[in-house]
Amino acid sequence: MEFGPHLMLASLEGAVIAAVLALTAMGLSIVFGVMRVVNVAHGEFFMLGAVIAWTVAYSLGAHPAIGFLAAIIIAPLLVGILAGAADRIILQKINYDPDRTIVVTIGLLYIIQQTTLMTFGPDARPVEPPFNQRLALPWFEFGESGFQLYWPWGLSITSYKLFIILAAITLLIGLWLLMTRTRIGLVMRATQQDSEMAGAFGVPVKSVYAWVFGLGAGLAAIGAVLIVPVQQAHYLMGNEPLLLSFIVVIIGGLGSLPGTVIAALLIGMSDGIISVFFSPTLAKIIATLLVAMVLVFRPQGLMGKLQ
Amino acid sequence: MNDELRVYGLHVGIVGLLLISYFVLPEYHSGNLARIMVLAVYAMGYNLLFGYTGLLSLGHALFFSSGMYGLGLAMYHMDFAVPSGILMGLLAALITSTVVGFLALRTSGVAFMIVTLMFAQAGYLTVLYFGEFTRGDEGFVLQQSERVIGSLDLTSPAGRYFAALLLFAICFFLIMYIVRSGFGLALIAIRENEERAKMLGYDVVTLKLKAVVISGVMSGAAGAAYALLFGYAGATFATVQYSIFPLLWVLLGGAGVTIGPLIGTIFMFYLIDYSSSLTMAYMLVAGVVLVLLTLYAPQGLAGELRRSYFKWLP
Repeated sequence: MEFGPHLMLASLEGAVIAAVLALTAMGLSIVFGVMRVVNVAHGEFFMLGAVIAWTVAYSLGAHPAIGFLAAIIIAPLLVGILAGAADRIILQKINYDPDRTIVVTIGLLYIIQQTTLMTFGPDARPVEPPFNQRLALPWFEFGESGFQLYWPWGLSITSYKLFIILAAITLLIGLWLLMTRTRIGLVMRATQQDSEMAGAFGVPVKSVYAWVFGLGAGLAAIGAVLIVPVQQAHYLMGNEPLLLSFIVVIIGGLGSLPGTVIAALLIGMSDGIISVFFSPTLAKIIATLLVAMVLVFRPQGLMGKLQ
Repeated sequence: MNDELRVYGLHVGIVGLLLISYFVLPEYHSGNLARIMVLAVYAMGYNLLFGYTGLLSLGHALFFSSGMYGLGLAMYHMDFAVPSGILMGLLAALITSTVVGFLALRTSGVAFMIVTLMFAQAGYLTVLYFGEFTRGDEGFVLQQSERVIGSLDLTSPAGRYFAALLLFAICFFLIMYIVRSGFGLALIAIRENEERAKMLGYDVVTLKLKAVVISGVMSGAAGAAYALLFGYAGATFATVQYSIFPLLWVLLGGAGVTIGPLIGTIFMFYLIDYSSSLTMAYMLVAGVVLVLLTLYAPQGLAGELRRSYFKWLP
């Protein structure tokens, strides 16, 4: 394949990564924004989403589309409930102290991951996509007969991957509407700005925290359900999204939602493109160091404002 | 008996107890104890920063593995003898901890944790990237014949045990001295209230940098000793898990108590050793212990002892 079509293919793969990453990172960002805590177990909620999706699809045994539909409703719901309960039982008890929250969510990370290892096992398991047509894509050239379109061999995307991108966009718009146009969003933003004052005005801050923690985990789970037909479910699959989400949230500015989306697009696309053309390990080293430097020299993130 | 004598008595007593243990315990447990003492040195280095200075690092595996690879690569590729290999390990840890400390200390709180985590992750990936020299995840083995100082064989059970004990004793007394010195008390002041320490005229930034470097070099010494005594260096020791371990040991044993790291390491080592014979998901124990400690005993074992009975514990 020539460079042009190759680049387009890489960008499409990057867009799929970016779409899932935007959802996952958004969960982390909302939790940080409203509750001011860093949830290290976020990647495990992602992994749980994928594992539950496999379990649902497998135990239904019906047509892949039905299994998928059931999974995308059940998995985020279960994960959200679990996270909400973890907030009530654990985080509330330690009063959301930043240091202790990190330590306790590290504990949670191992508990979820290792319990999955004991029940689900160490194997990677695939989930069948609900639909999967291969769509060939055209590319253009300026040949002897002038401008013309042609279909290079290998330049294609599956309909399911396109669906991932569209679904992520729809969900993000929905989330934005929820945050800016509804009473629920109003309460969340009030808690974010000043939890004490919100409490004084009758906002049930503790319940809001539990719901937000559940919502954040649920977003990660949805991202995982979307990607699991492409990637396979595995008990260690939460590590990479966790690190990438951290990177996205930091670059985008801690707690800034538009920044998070832009950063997810940037990181996801460049991850897709770089890993097609360069050594992925070197790319990761450079990306990790760059992010550390951003935190050191511009702690408010690239898009965030100083508080 | 005054507190001064009690403190000396306790520390000398513990080293004495460890000395006797070699002759009393069966070989399996004395072998474990050698490993525990090396890991406890790692935890003591971590404790100086986390327990006494109040800085929670999630990237100490970088310092541990710096020491390990500093010694390992020098001996494996350049045929360094043991003493110069140890020097290389300490030097590597000194350089990484100075650079990381200089950069990471510009941040505080949550950002400090994430920055240290990121640096450690970059370090781990670097080990993988130079797989040609480091052999990546697989790691490399240091030959038995190289691991000798003069006529002292560090691969025999006795040589290994007493080398580990020597390192442990040096670091244990060093920590005891540091935390009771003016420097150590200033670190504790920073932990308790950084703004006030600054107001009192302490150069907080330099003090914290010193703490990071001492902590990093001690962790590196543990890494170098691990490679030397057990003859293996691998990328596993650079993973996030090895940054979490010292945190776990220190939290369990008691942060900000000199004997905390040893107690925590002993308990956790045997807990994981026992549970890994039952299930492959042995890290589950680590997770449960972390959650329970945070909820019910944030001071750790030695910390709770100090709070209720022995107020003089340094």
